[in-house]
Amino acid sequence: MEVLKSETLAVRTSEDVVTVRTSVRKMAAELRFGIVDQTKIVTAASEIARNTIDYGRGGHLRMEAVNNGSRKGLRLVFADQGPGIRDIDQAMTDGFTSGNGMGLGLGGTRRLMDEFDIASKLNEGTTVTITKWSR
Amino acid sequence: MEHIPILRMGEFLLITVQVDMHDRLALQLQDDLTEQIVRHGSRGVLIDISALEVVDSFIGRMLGNIASMSRVLDAQTVVVGMRPAVAITLVELGMSLPGIRTALTVERGMEILRDDVARARQEIEVEVAEESADGSSQV
Repeated sequence: MEVLKSETLAVRTSEDVVTVRTSVRKMAAELRFGIVDQTKIVTAASEIARNTIDYGRGGHLRMEAVNNGSRKGLRLVFADQGPGIRDIDQAMTDGFTSGNGMGLGLGGTRRLMDEFDIASKLNEGTTVTITKWSR
Repeated sequence: MEHIPILRMGEFLLITVQVDMHDRLALQLQDDLTEQIVRHGSRGVLIDISALEVVDSFIGRMLGNIASMSRVLDAQTVVVGMRPAVAITLVELGMSLPGIRTALTVERGMEILRDDVARARQEIEVEVAEESADGSSQV
């Protein structure tokens, strides 16, 4: 897989979430995603960025425009050095929340994207990788 | 401190969200709005989100909170102008905004609010009329 372009952003404050939305929107538009897919990608990014802050104590986002040979895609890698997630299956379930949200973040985000991967180690941190491919 | 402007139009309050809201701005809006409802005795709140390109679960929850808080303060809330892509995304996200009334345009939203207030007044008038009828029959 070829990385055409890469950009890294801090994800630490509620203002950073707005910057994430703006930057992800820009890259999604550059990759010629339609308006519905752009909205889904930006919403997914917003959800994970908030998780990174609320549960991961902040981290960063690496945005990559990628090409898998036949299609272009946008891949977003959110990484934090927070406490990690004890039970990932439980965290992915709609309605489950350890915070004050509605518990739709992870499960809902997976539905908005084409690929979703989460890796977490207790006391080391969590990395969420989400990808959307152009049609 | 940043604020989202709240306009007063008779017994209604109008809010047009024109910036991408960060969390504190969204929470500030809840505070400002409830305060204004009480100060003016407003009967309805119309929130125009046509400029919002994204409504994530946080903003969705905030809209739900505003609707609930307003209801408790005897005011109705209508959210208008949602973009089609936002509607598709919200439903896929698993958030269908329960408890929030929506309308496509500001005009239709205002109609809903006016009808609501008119209906509430009618009910009060009927109750008053019934009470005075009861009173006179007892004399």
